Amino acid sequence: MIRALQIEPVKCTGCLQCEMACSYEKEGVFNPAKSRIKVFNFHEEGRMVPYTCTQCAEAWCLHACPVDAIRLDAETGAKIVVDVLCVGCKVCTIACPFGTINYNASAGVVVKCDLCDGDPECAKACPTEAITYVDADWTGLERMRDWADKTANEQPQA
Amino acid sequence: MKHVILGAGPGGVIAAETLSKQGHGGAITLVGDEPEPPYSRMAIPYLLSDIIDESGTYLRKNPDHYEKLGIDRLQARASGIDTKKGRVALDNGKELPYDRLLIATGSSATTPPIEGLDGPGVHHCWTLEDTRHILKSIEPGSEVLLMGAGFVACIILNGLVKRGAKVTAIVRGPRMVRSMMTETAGGMIKRWCGEKGIRVLTETNATRVTHDGGLKVDLDNSETMNPALIIVAVGVKPNMDFIDGSGIETDYGILVDNHMQTNIEGIFATGDVAQGLDFSSGGRSVHAIQPTASEHGRIAALNMAGVPATYKGSLLMNVLDTVGLIATSFGQWQGAKGGDHAEAVDEDHYKYLRLEFEEDRLVGACSVGITQHVGAVRGLIQSRTRLGHWKKRLVQDPTRFMEAYLGSTQPVG
Repeated sequence: MIRALQIEPVKCTGCLQCEMACSYEKEGVFNPAKSRIKVFNFHEEGRMVPYTCTQCAEAWCLHACPVDAIRLDAETGAKIVVDVLCVGCKVCTIACPFGTINYNASAGVVVKCDLCDGDPECAKACPTEAITYVDADWTGLERMRDWADKTANEQPQA
Repeated sequence: MKHVILGAGPGGVIAAETLSKQGHGGAITLVGDEPEPPYSRMAIPYLLSDIIDESGTYLRKNPDHYEKLGIDRLQARASGIDTKKGRVALDNGKELPYDRLLIATGSSATTPPIEGLDGPGVHHCWTLEDTRHILKSIEPGSEVLLMGAGFVACIILNGLVKRGAKVTAIVRGPRMVRSMMTETAGGMIKRWCGEKGIRVLTETNATRVTHDGGLKVDLDNSETMNPALIIVAVGVKPNMDFIDGSGIETDYGILVDNHMQTNIEGIFATGDVAQGLDFSSGGRSVHAIQPTASEHGRIAALNMAGVPATYKGSLLMNVLDTVGLIATSFGQWQGAKGGDHAEAVDEDHYKYLRLEFEEDRLVGACSVGITQHVGAVRGLIQSRTRLGHWKKRLVQDPTRFMEAYLGSTQPVG
């Protein structure tokens, strides 16, 4: 069963525990700026919205990579950056239409959510279940996929 | 069914892989004129900076990759096409028959017509072979004259500086990277280069190069330089001379339809050599960038395999790293006719963002010093999302583009 991160902004309080957990797991520091999941503050609406890579089927980042440094983890469905192969050219960061793969200047490579090998720290850290790791069929991923279709550069065939 | 692909860059390789995965059962021949395994020119700056070795530039890392997919690789250069007989003439005197042909021959670096520029000590930085020459010629303290201040010139600066070269860049026009950066952004990049000890001379040309006991270059600002090396990075042009007389229609590049097919049935073109549908203008443009080559390659191969696929057009996008200062541009970054824009400039911190709108849709952008979530700019442009009330917020603060993307496209409530 492929699982996916389900994000329900209405439950998010903006505590940033997810960002802390992610940055600690991935970079060894408690520093939201280094987190791969970000909580966006919609102050006009009074809403906090966590967002990260949806591991989309189109895999824009993977197809744009010129040096084969982004691979598919067949077990989790995650698209994973292989640090030793990434040269830091950043083409994936402009190709991903979701803005969820980003350049880390201090490491000289790009970084993105890899689902923590199937045990995502952000979901475990979230105290309000705004982020859960569930069966992919339950995540409302369909809505995200509709968006991906709108962005796709290939017309769906009749 | 014989599929022949001319050119082993990203477009050609992705097309070959896509054909293989379609399982059409025919032969796939991938023809490249360079001796190395297919590699990425995008990675060359990082070879110059010692971040990778040559194998780090290879498009695919497994040496058996092509063989496993049933792709035959052939080192040769195409010299002509007989479209009636369905044959490609090669420079080794052989002929290669095809049923479906893909022209993915890419582009080459150009040399301006300057006296003496064809002599020794002058290199492009386009191929692995060029890079080896450059690496051999530079020692700490070497003076390097870089001709050009565009995309390629900027991305190789880091490697040159890291190796201790004293770099002077000369550019004919009034600013740096004028093909992808606004005047303000180009100005920031120039100032940044100055801070890093790189001399950038705008509106300056070399008039003559002589080789009498070392390189001597006369500039039209009446200066004379004695560089150890001249690197020419003034632009590229599509590699399509070999199709002269074939009847394949060309303009700036090889003209292709929305299936990446040329005017001749069974002959397709992709990547830097192809002039295909432009997402922004609706016309046909050459977008010599990695993402376009990758998308073209896939669409062309699907159609070659008999799986109809229609391209929605390439979006111009670039990301540039000039000695650590990162800049991007997307789509109609120069603005759309009748459109408007929003701009945020922070000269002190080298941060800049300009968004171009058409009504309440984002159609282009240019940024400096922004590395987080920039892909969302592409997403907003390519989905032609109506920003609604987010337009006003972006005009007030363009840096909120990621929130605008989420607010316009995702269920945030």
